[in-house]
Amino acid sequence: MTVNSGAAPTGREGGDNLLAVEDLHVYYGNIAAVKGVSLHVKQGEIVTLIGSNGAGKSTTLRTISGLLRPKKGTLTYDGQNLATMRGDKIVGAGICHSPEGRRIFPRMTVEENLDLGAFLRNDKAEIAADKERVLELFPRLRERITQKAGTMSGGEQQMLAVARALMGQPKLLLLDEPSMGLAPVLVDLIFDTIKTIRDQGTTVLLVEQNALAALRVADYAYVLESGALKLTGPARELAKNDEVVSAYLGG
Amino acid sequence: MSQTAIEAAEARPSLAVGALLERGTGYLLLLAVAAFAVWHLVATPAAFFTTLVVGINQGALYALIALGYTLVYGIIELINFSHGDLFMLASVLSGFLMVSAFGATAATTGAFLALIATLVLAMIFGAALNTTAERVAYRRLRRAPKLAPLITAVGLSFVYQWGGIKSNGSGQRNWDTILGSSGFTVLNVKVPWSMIVVTAVTVPLLLGLNWVIQKTRQGKAMRATAQDQDAARLMGIDVDRTISLTFALGGAMAGAAGLLYLQTFGTTRYDAGFQLGLIAFTAAVLGGIGNLNGAVLGGVLIGLVQALNDRFGLGVAYSQTVVFTILILLMVFKPEGILGKPTTEKV
Repeated sequence: MTVNSGAAPTGREGGDNLLAVEDLHVYYGNIAAVKGVSLHVKQGEIVTLIGSNGAGKSTTLRTISGLLRPKKGTLTYDGQNLATMRGDKIVGAGICHSPEGRRIFPRMTVEENLDLGAFLRNDKAEIAADKERVLELFPRLRERITQKAGTMSGGEQQMLAVARALMGQPKLLLLDEPSMGLAPVLVDLIFDTIKTIRDQGTTVLLVEQNALAALRVADYAYVLESGALKLTGPARELAKNDEVVSAYLGG
Repeated sequence: MSQTAIEAAEARPSLAVGALLERGTGYLLLLAVAAFAVWHLVATPAAFFTTLVVGINQGALYALIALGYTLVYGIIELINFSHGDLFMLASVLSGFLMVSAFGATAATTGAFLALIATLVLAMIFGAALNTTAERVAYRRLRRAPKLAPLITAVGLSFVYQWGGIKSNGSGQRNWDTILGSSGFTVLNVKVPWSMIVVTAVTVPLLLGLNWVIQKTRQGKAMRATAQDQDAARLMGIDVDRTISLTFALGGAMAGAAGLLYLQTFGTTRYDAGFQLGLIAFTAAVLGGIGNLNGAVLGGVLIGLVQALNDRFGLGVAYSQTVVFTILILLMVFKPEGILGKPTTEKV
């Protein structure tokens, strides 16, 4: 597989995708934010969506999790049509979203935030085990467990946002800019954790502006520009691509 | 350069003096009110405590209605101006149920059973009507500019008042209550029986509401939705249903207040909701809008202030003036309300 440009077929349009987005168009009022994006996520992969500000990355994620509705195009997840599915059913089907800007519940404690991540689950014992697991992943959160989430630092809030999404027992984890505004040492920690999460069996769709770090952990990458696909290809190939290097990797 | 530095140096202390003056005036006012209360407590203790009883009774009604304002505001930032009129409709319904349907006009066992049945029915009525209004009107306007749902609420208020005129007539209607104005005297303090009924209904309701919101799954969903609707959706919370539930709880409280008002005063008027609604809204703002404990505190405080004013202060004629003067003063000194939090958020 090599790098493709634009919306050319990538060879990933098979039947074995966990998530298949085809020709997605999303509007805010009259303004098109996403114009014909197709992307495919296979079980067990880390797929990244990179591009500059306003490229339509977050809009794509928000449409997958049902916060926005597509104007045109299909979203198929595990054989189900996400475009008409209610937001709570999408979460119930195993898509958990750590949104842009963290969006933790600031006036609740860290623990209450984590419990809300498991809102749809009833299996008390497993919830407790998962809580233990995410606290292993982010030991800092254990220290802050009774603290009001809004009083934590940006990095800690970011960890909480990822941990909270994990509490939903996702099959597909949507991460929107998990490295935003973090100190370099924390960026490494977050990306290491994303790899660990994948190794523990969760498929990840990662939106990033930090293209270098994203391409390093991802298996496959889609480059968005002004709402449309610019380049697609295996992350390793894209990291070497001249166009990507000059535009996004500061080469 | 040096001149601006001097100006800055001068400006800073003058600002501090301003803030100090402001705060000083605030404390001075509080002190004056406290002195006024203590003086009457010492001079005429029996009359003072009788007045407190009246105030708490009234305050409990305000608190129940104020909760409806604060719940709805807390979750969708809408000031539901029709809420007072919902309370009025519940009071009219309670009158018809208690007197016309159950014939409960004296303190008998049957009358108390009727009271409980009416309480349940009035609460269901309030919940159903409020939820319907949300479903039919406010839900469509959730993404509209804030003024649209606000004006809709004002419009609904008139619709409810029209309902009040159609069912209750355009004047005041008097009803027999099961306890009338009878009461008992402890240590020279007169306690009306209706006050006991009001307390016996209000306290469990408040505790129950608090339990629902703090401990249950739906309560957690409500708090999450109030803080961040989109984030709540991402947790798998059905936001529409959660907002409906919030309207239902607020409406149920107003329904209970309708019955208790009827049993306390024995009258219904189609415009009773305007007056009480405005005061209850004031109570919600006073306590810190969006804060449940604040609504209760604000309601009881206003009830007490009114009672003290009516008995010892400027008299009934100035009741409203005193209440709204206090509101204005509080808005000047502590705009977020007594228990409200200043609206600063970490970005």
